[in-house]
Amino acid sequence: MIKQHAKTGLGLIFTAIMLFPVYWMINVSLTKDTDMRADPPHLFPFDGTLEGYRAVIDQQMPYLGTSLFIGLGTVILTLLISAPAGFALAKLRPKGGGTLSFVLLIAQMIPGIIMAMGFYAIYLRLGVLNTVGGLILADSTIAVPFGVLIFTAFMSGIPDELINAALIDGASKWRTFVSVILPISRNAIVTVSLFAFLWAWSDFVFATTLDGGGDAQPITLGIYHYIGNNNQQWNAIMATAVVASIPATLLLILAQRYVAAGVTAGAVKD
Amino acid sequence: MAHDVMTRVPAPAPAGAGARSPRPRKRGSWAAWAFLAPIVIYLLAFYAYPLYRNLDLSLRHYTVRSFVQGDAPFSGLDNYRTVFDDAAFGPALVHTLAFTFVSIAFQFAIGLALAVFFAQNFRLSGTLRALFLVPWLLPLIVSASTWSWMLNSDSGIVNHALGLVGVDPVNWLTSPDWALTSVIIANIWIGIPFNLVVLYSGLQAIPAEVYEAAAIDGANSWQRFWRVTFPLLRPVSAITLLLGLVYTLKVFDLIWIMTKGGPADASTTFATWSYRFSFGSLLPEFGPGAAVGNLLIIMALFFGLLYIRFQKRLDS
Repeated sequence: MIKQHAKTGLGLIFTAIMLFPVYWMINVSLTKDTDMRADPPHLFPFDGTLEGYRAVIDQQMPYLGTSLFIGLGTVILTLLISAPAGFALAKLRPKGGGTLSFVLLIAQMIPGIIMAMGFYAIYLRLGVLNTVGGLILADSTIAVPFGVLIFTAFMSGIPDELINAALIDGASKWRTFVSVILPISRNAIVTVSLFAFLWAWSDFVFATTLDGGGDAQPITLGIYHYIGNNNQQWNAIMATAVVASIPATLLLILAQRYVAAGVTAGAVKD
Repeated sequence: MAHDVMTRVPAPAPAGAGARSPRPRKRGSWAAWAFLAPIVIYLLAFYAYPLYRNLDLSLRHYTVRSFVQGDAPFSGLDNYRTVFDDAAFGPALVHTLAFTFVSIAFQFAIGLALAVFFAQNFRLSGTLRALFLVPWLLPLIVSASTWSWMLNSDSGIVNHALGLVGVDPVNWLTSPDWALTSVIIANIWIGIPFNLVVLYSGLQAIPAEVYEAAAIDGANSWQRFWRVTFPLLRPVSAITLLLGLVYTLKVFDLIWIMTKGGPADASTTFATWSYRFSFGSLLPEFGPGAAVGNLLIIMALFFGLLYIRFQKRLDS
């Protein structure tokens, strides 16, 4: 029994060390400007301030709105493209499907910065630089191959009999996909949506290359400009960082098991 | 057989497609490719074409004007020569490899130790393990700016903590000797959760009987780890390491936000170098930027193919 408690204690210590930077971000976000460079640093935000958060509300709301819009747009686009593909690869298994899966694996390995350069050249010509739509398209490239992988893995586990039954009842393949497969694939849909949203929300590479001069910029650029223009008001910078982390935190609380499932599915095959 | 269904049920092939084919199996294939059409078009338009553009960029001599007008002259491998001759090439290569391998080594070692620890049964184990995911889910710009402030030379908490144990303050981000170390430290922190989760799931797959047998044979916990856990975990470990390599090679945001690759190129990697060529100044050099990018792709693909080979071997 005592050993159990010792382990829990040790676990708490490890977690505290690991999460210290997160705590420090919150602490600094609540620290007054005048105390920011205090020596020793204030370890707790007693006598703190909400000034940083007031600055977020005054200056960063449009960025947050844009990020929300981009995140949702990316989720929809990713699902529309990857769910049917996953179904076909898992259940219809056409000739050449293996090659396609291989290409998707390779696609995941291409550095974002390289994709960004190609996109920049194309967007410049098409005149879609600095548009939210262009950024949604680019951001979706992070999640689409992953989405196909997850859907394929998940849908492979759906028994063939279920599909056969629907087909025998006279449903078309499309109908079977929409009314039978998609409803049972809820877990896969949640996992893919979660990651597509998080990756789009956190994207900095595409934002800075493809949307650096637009009117509608995402929150990652909001923070980046903040650091650049204003490296004194660290409480405001950290308050923005805290607010920008809210989606991640919420998603972690609401969908813990999907997060772990997603991380593992990306690496280990059952 | 997966295709059994299709031999019995007429597939709703898209207009006329394969309708006259005598083999129903072929019609199933047509339906499948109808479902795959969006992804194929998507891959061609949003992967293949940007990559082609990038290759084209690296083989032409671009100025800002010709970039807009698209009439840059073909220059063969000139851009690659420029890159190889650049004084920054050697350091960038060394930094890229050091950043990748040192990060991975620590992420993996710490992740494995934590996975073994959390695989034990104790109260709050699941909750604490979930909390470990937080750093991995935070936007990189958030982690990067938090670490920037923690590593601040004058007011950072890290130097303050070092001061308490009598170590002189370190100019983490502003000294060429420490900049690379600083970004590696932050990157290790970000990568631990991924290693923890994947290795933990690998540990779960090892049957308890193996440990019981080892315990009966009188193995102590250290022996159990080295003789049982570690060898049985090898496939999962290899995949974790290879995926880590592929991902770490690409890291750009973290370094750019913390140090911009500086000071004096001290933390420049291929990823930040490529970005700096193309977007880092008012006079962009798209050709060399794309050339560096393509070298980075080659490195990533090398490890990527290694990963795929390994997975194939596991599957069979």
